[in-house]
Amino acid sequence: MPLLQVKNMTHYFAGLRAVHNYNLTIEPGEVHGLIGPNGAGKTTIFNLITGVYRPTEGEITLEGKSLIGLFPHEIASMGLGRTFQNMKLWRHMTVLEHVKMAHYSELTYGLVGAFFGTAKRYKEEEEIEQHSYELLRLLGIENIADQNVLNLPYGVQRKVEMARALAIRPRILFLDEPTVGMTPEELKEMMDVFRKVHEEFGLAIFLIEHRMKVVMELCEQIQTLNFGEVIAEGTPEEIQNNPKVIEAYLGKEEVE
Amino acid sequence: MKERKNKRFSRIREMFSGIPALGWLVGALVAVIIEYYFGNSLADFLHMDRLPVLFGVVVILKRPLDIPGAFVYVMLIYAIPIAVVARLTSRLMNRIAGFFDRLPLWVSAIVHLILLYYVLSVWTDLSDYRLLILKLSLIAIMVTLSLNVINGYMGEFSCSHPGFMALGAYVSSIFSVGLFVNDRILGHALLGVVPAWVGQLVFPIGLLLGGAIAAIGALIVAIPSFRTRGDYLAIISLAFMFIVKSLFDNLGFLGGARGLGSQPDWATLPTIFIWAVLCIWTINNFVESTMGKALNAVRDEESAAESMTVNTRKTKMIAFMFGAFWAGIAGGLFAHVLRYVNPGTFGLRKLAEVLAMVYFGGLNSVIGSIVGAVGFNLLSEMLRPLEIIKWIIIPTLLILVMIFRPTGLIAFKHFDVREILKPKLKAKERM
Repeated sequence: MPLLQVKNMTHYFAGLRAVHNYNLTIEPGEVHGLIGPNGAGKTTIFNLITGVYRPTEGEITLEGKSLIGLFPHEIASMGLGRTFQNMKLWRHMTVLEHVKMAHYSELTYGLVGAFFGTAKRYKEEEEIEQHSYELLRLLGIENIADQNVLNLPYGVQRKVEMARALAIRPRILFLDEPTVGMTPEELKEMMDVFRKVHEEFGLAIFLIEHRMKVVMELCEQIQTLNFGEVIAEGTPEEIQNNPKVIEAYLGKEEVE
Repeated sequence: MKERKNKRFSRIREMFSGIPALGWLVGALVAVIIEYYFGNSLADFLHMDRLPVLFGVVVILKRPLDIPGAFVYVMLIYAIPIAVVARLTSRLMNRIAGFFDRLPLWVSAIVHLILLYYVLSVWTDLSDYRLLILKLSLIAIMVTLSLNVINGYMGEFSCSHPGFMALGAYVSSIFSVGLFVNDRILGHALLGVVPAWVGQLVFPIGLLLGGAIAAIGALIVAIPSFRTRGDYLAIISLAFMFIVKSLFDNLGFLGGARGLGSQPDWATLPTIFIWAVLCIWTINNFVESTMGKALNAVRDEESAAESMTVNTRKTKMIAFMFGAFWAGIAGGLFAHVLRYVNPGTFGLRKLAEVLAMVYFGGLNSVIGSIVGAVGFNLLSEMLRPLEIIKWIIIPTLLILVMIFRPTGLIAFKHFDVREILKPKLKAKERM
């Protein structure tokens, strides 16, 4: 059974067709890329699958269970983690608090524990703190656990976001342009991080990316999107040489 | 010149840097005991009509001729005894505080609270006016803190707090007056008039009922908050406040706009003190837990919170209902302190006052709320002799705070009880 399957998904924003007849199959541990020009509907597809929007038509299943109509937090706790194009870190919280927060669905101490500080609460908080530190160590940022995220350099903020997404114990990770605005060194580090989490957890990754280098190096399967429709699908080599893709990105070959 | 002043100032700071909270409390206890026995005769000796109630500020503003007297009084009764006792006992108190530091936190917290209670109760024994101010300040702390949960920690601008207070005040009043008082409006006492100690036993039930009804009322604001934020939610919550107010205005059997009186005198200082401590304790517990920090996540980036498995609807409902619950309790206590309640109290004026205390003290901060509520209340009482000018000074202060500290005096700070109570090293030793 595929890990994530999307069948014939279509979405309209008040009459405007944003996504048309979109299909996707991701097997466990697969790295899948989604590319396309600005405004092609890539982030919309992310938001549809993660439950931010509800698709007008179509089916989405994660390990055979339908995701249609579920809240984003329910979908997330089923094992679908994501990062955002603009990170969306919580500006008043420390690094450790970020990663702990993503364990929210694991907490069982309830309101009584929260209000009266029961022993169970401190035990559970301790457990999620341990797990958070493990993730921070994995990404090499455990030394800044107590710092506020706003004071950190961009590349480190990206790592914090990654640690936060990993804290929900995902089986598939959606990355929305994770390397945008990075320096070459930061980019190299980030690529290592992707490989590391991919190997460590056997994670499937679904990646939106504009840097062809990243996409071509990491992905096993790539889809190209234009005006909400998939215009090409295949391995990196196939995509690179596909005339439709070149046309979507560069325009028709009239100059030559 | 300035340097010399700075030096002198830092020497004073150095002198008092090694004193733990326990030392200050003991110093304050000595001071209030001295005042209890010698306050009146000292005031006589200094040719004042009666002892200065609020640290001499009111006296100074009323009769400028008493300025030297008030100064001597404050120095002799408060400043010198507190400073001397705190300084002389600092070594002993540090040792005791160190002993407490090794025990579970609650032991030390309870000892400090008992001491604080004694200080307050001796201080208020001398004057009913002080007692009233203290009671209202404690209630203001509860209201401010509970509004901070919604406006500060969750970042929604809610204007419905006077409405929640009104619900709590009326429900607990109906409980106490309807069941235990023979009253003109609510008629014969259904359970008969009871002695005070029975009253103290049943009073929590009435308060909890009021809090629960306020929490249920909060759903009316919480549910729209799933889909709307910011200005629109502020309007909805404002509407809620007016709905509650006009509801009580029009309920004839509760006295309508003339209000409901003759509540039994159950809101004594220990009762209010215990409820205020409970309020601070549970709210601080809540906002320090990961579940409570979900409020901050919802405030800073709601969509990221959702994607990190945070149940945002539940979080919003908890924040509104929890905040409203404590506002309801505070409202119930408020009605029983004044022993009268009318709908007019819970209008725009109350709203402005509560919001001012929250934003003055500091968003997202328990200690800020305490400072905001007590500071605002004391200031507003101390400046009373200035009459209309008071309403120029206080808003000006608020504007200044907003200019220099846009999120309030003490915003975004953890309320770490252990840190406050632990033994203190001298500034020199710390280096």
